[in-house]
Amino acid sequence: MEKDQDKILNDVTSGEYKYGFYSDIETEKIEKGLNEDVIRLISGKKEEPEWLLEFRLKSFRHWLTMKMPAWANLKIPPINYQEIIYYAAPKQRASPESLDDIDPELKRTFDKLGIPLEEQKHLSGVAVDAVLDSVSVRTTFRETLAELGIIFCSFSEAVKEYPELVRRYMGTVVPYTDNFFATLNSAVFSDGSFCYIPKGVRCPMELSTYFRINSANTGQFERTLLIADEESYVSYLEGCTAPMRDENQLHAAIVEIIAENNAEVKYSTVQNWYPGDKDGKGGIFNFVTKRGLCRGENSKISWTQIETGSAITWKYPSCILRGDNSTGEFYSVAVTNHHQQADTGTKMIHIGKNTKSTIVSKGISAGHGQNSYRGLVKVIKNASGARNFSQCDSLLLGDKCGAHTFPYIEVDNQTAIVEHEATTSKIGEDQIFYCNQRGISTEDAVGLIVNGYAREVINKLPMEFAVEAQKLLQISLEGSVG
Amino acid sequence: MLVIKNLKGAINGKTILKGISLEVKPGEIHAIMGPNGSGKSTLAAVLAGRDIVEVTEGSVLYYGKNLLEMSPEDRSKGGIFLGFQYPIEIPGVSMVNFMKTAVNEHRKHKGLEPLSASDFLKLMREKKELVEIDSKLANRSVNEGFSGGEKKKNEIFQMAMLEPKLAILDETDSGLDIDALRIVANGVNRLKRPDNSAIVITHYQRLLDYIVPDVVHVMYDGRIVKTAGKELALELEEKGYDWIKKEVDNQN
Repeated sequence: MEKDQDKILNDVTSGEYKYGFYSDIETEKIEKGLNEDVIRLISGKKEEPEWLLEFRLKSFRHWLTMKMPAWANLKIPPINYQEIIYYAAPKQRASPESLDDIDPELKRTFDKLGIPLEEQKHLSGVAVDAVLDSVSVRTTFRETLAELGIIFCSFSEAVKEYPELVRRYMGTVVPYTDNFFATLNSAVFSDGSFCYIPKGVRCPMELSTYFRINSANTGQFERTLLIADEESYVSYLEGCTAPMRDENQLHAAIVEIIAENNAEVKYSTVQNWYPGDKDGKGGIFNFVTKRGLCRGENSKISWTQIETGSAITWKYPSCILRGDNSTGEFYSVAVTNHHQQADTGTKMIHIGKNTKSTIVSKGISAGHGQNSYRGLVKVIKNASGARNFSQCDSLLLGDKCGAHTFPYIEVDNQTAIVEHEATTSKIGEDQIFYCNQRGISTEDAVGLIVNGYAREVINKLPMEFAVEAQKLLQISLEGSVG
Repeated sequence: MLVIKNLKGAINGKTILKGISLEVKPGEIHAIMGPNGSGKSTLAAVLAGRDIVEVTEGSVLYYGKNLLEMSPEDRSKGGIFLGFQYPIEIPGVSMVNFMKTAVNEHRKHKGLEPLSASDFLKLMREKKELVEIDSKLANRSVNEGFSGGEKKKNEIFQMAMLEPKLAILDETDSGLDIDALRIVANGVNRLKRPDNSAIVITHYQRLLDYIVPDVVHVMYDGRIVKTAGKELALELEEKGYDWIKKEVDNQN
């Protein structure tokens, strides 16, 4: 068994990250470094209104007073924010009218990632906003969606075309003072997706954003704003990849969701940023602030995340349950292999009456990976009838990895019911042997067992992506048999 | 098909198998009986390729090939099936998914295309009837929350799906009530073909009322101490194992 493990581990570690290629695309970059002039430059390039520039500058000035948070169970090497390029965009005509205006190399890049920019080549029923480095390259199915009154476009376009909506909602869920990385994002954010579902509309297709980092030494700071008006429904998915490099790259994003009365938003993430090599060299620092506000009564926000990539992950997709009878959900699978680190979880803030939240977190650690669940369930004084169920499971593969759980529970209302369950398990040799005896190789057995462990979460993903997620889990863990 | 010669094996340095020799020909059913701790399950584990047993001496040929050099999954694909004494639970993995993976691995080994979803489900339905197993089983996780009887029936069901050449049933009868025992035994009998064989390991004679062996071996202290026809099983039922123990101990 020892010998087998070594062999399999070797096989795996020599395996390539499938999306690690770099595309030679003519790119316009600004000088590295961060100061007010850089912020004015970014804002100017995007032809932004004055109020948005003010928002950025206000954020930047506040950021200068802040320190990087140190409370996470992560070892983060020092980051020199003056060494990062804050804006890099493929050179092309602004807002391409047709596909012919898009650089063929750019098209090839997204084809290679399995995200064709041509609508007819797409999985039917999925609209995509493709973001490369600092800008959105193309958004598909915009016209089809517009017929229903749905707005789905890049954030930059939304600023130009729907400034009122952006101004009304931006920063209301994640204020610019929120935390170090959110404040940095508020100062330098480049592109991302904007989505508005009008009253009473069920969005007929999956909306998705695909984020790709391509250029070296750049950071990606996208911002996504999703508004579901009364009685509306939308399912949204994001995916992300990056080339293999020896340097770490910073990704600090913000996602804000607002759900009005009786609205429902399902937000799914399949995160596959470059995780670094087997010795922990390189990889993306994924420091993301995601938060949803259930503003209306009976509203519902559901987060599902499959986190397999990134050298370091720091993210806590959260729900503020302000509307009475509103519901928040968080379903997560986080994988750490080799030297990856993850500190991830959620916050469920119960403010309205009879609010409900469910947390299902499945951590998988292999190699030297360190995996932490950190979650807060807070019930304020007036939130009568609040209900929470949390389940945090950890699966260990091998004996050099770690799993940690940091649940915080703050309840100020007597009527609240809060449950927390946690388990830690290992893949048993007897389970693997049982599979072997039926003709299934050890690699495939681990894949089966891990996917079984994560099934509850994977089932929450839209069908088309559940299959992808299963494969991804298997690839991320190849050879990490314990 | 199977020739075991002077097989010796140890677990954690302790010798359990002290020189087993046994030959199984196509179409034969061999029963291996014996008191607890005599090494029956260890022998099954060696044949299936469980690495907790260290083989220190002897050889095992399977269709002329050195079995001991084959990986457990290759042995399975080569037609060796082990019915586990304690079937393992795999939470979250449905029986459908598990069996589909296994069946298609076997098919790949034989150079066949994977079964389509509908053909697979059809096959599964047929085989389920054979062991009178609850049809909801397919959607449940492998052995999770199964009763003792369901687990054993599930082993026979998997055997039916994989159609092995050599089935090794390790105390499949233990913990079964008489109805479940009959179902399990019927399953085994109905899967019998002239070219496939079985080694039935059991502590009690009662299973052999239903599965009639060609040869009965008695294991004691890591050795096969007696081999005879099916009448030996009846003798053991009547007289217990003590007379054999005495016989062996006197010889030493």
